[in-house]
Amino acid sequence: MFAVTALALLVTLALALVRALRGPTVFDRVLAANSIGTVAVLLLSVIGFLGGRPEFLDLAIVYALLNVVGTIAVLKFFEFGSLGDPLEKPEGE
Amino acid sequence: MSVAADMLSWACLLAGGAFCIIGAVGLLRMPDLYTRMHAASVTDTLGAGLILVGLMFQAGLSQVTGKLLVILVLLLFTNPAATHALAKAALARKVRPLLENPGEAPSKS
Repeated sequence: MFAVTALALLVTLALALVRALRGPTVFDRVLAANSIGTVAVLLLSVIGFLGGRPEFLDLAIVYALLNVVGTIAVLKFFEFGSLGDPLEKPEGE
Repeated sequence: MSVAADMLSWACLLAGGAFCIIGAVGLLRMPDLYTRMHAASVTDTLGAGLILVGLMFQAGLSQVTGKLLVILVLLLFTNPAATHALAKAALARKVRPLLENPGEAPSKS
């Protein structure tokens, strides 16, 4: 049962990876990276149950936090051109 | 473990896996960024939700279920925020939605 779910998650991971490689704009890649992070959290939880080791859930919690903070940081970099000065107007506007 | 809880967790896990795959297929087939975001959120909400609920049924009432609840609430709070930030950044960087002017037919990109 867990193996079937883990397999489904691996297929999702592969499809998200294809989007990450093909994505025309950089934001498609960030979206795929965010999706891969979420699927990784789920995979960690399922494998934790598969192997009978509940500590994996702590890893999943930490990884979920890291994934979001990483996505927001990358987005800030792509939107404002730099992580430094939040006050400067992005050239796009 | 009662048979009912086992069957229920089986159903939730399989449905969650199926929704994850549906979300990922949508991520690939959707024409432009904003529709892909919509498809990716299927994986984040329904796929993750069902899988975690399925695992909760397996774990019964214990600390493990508490951790699973933390993961579920975390995912349900942070993923919409990340998707919103992604849309804002994409719009600021002039990524135009495909159907911005509904008059003309979108070219098959």
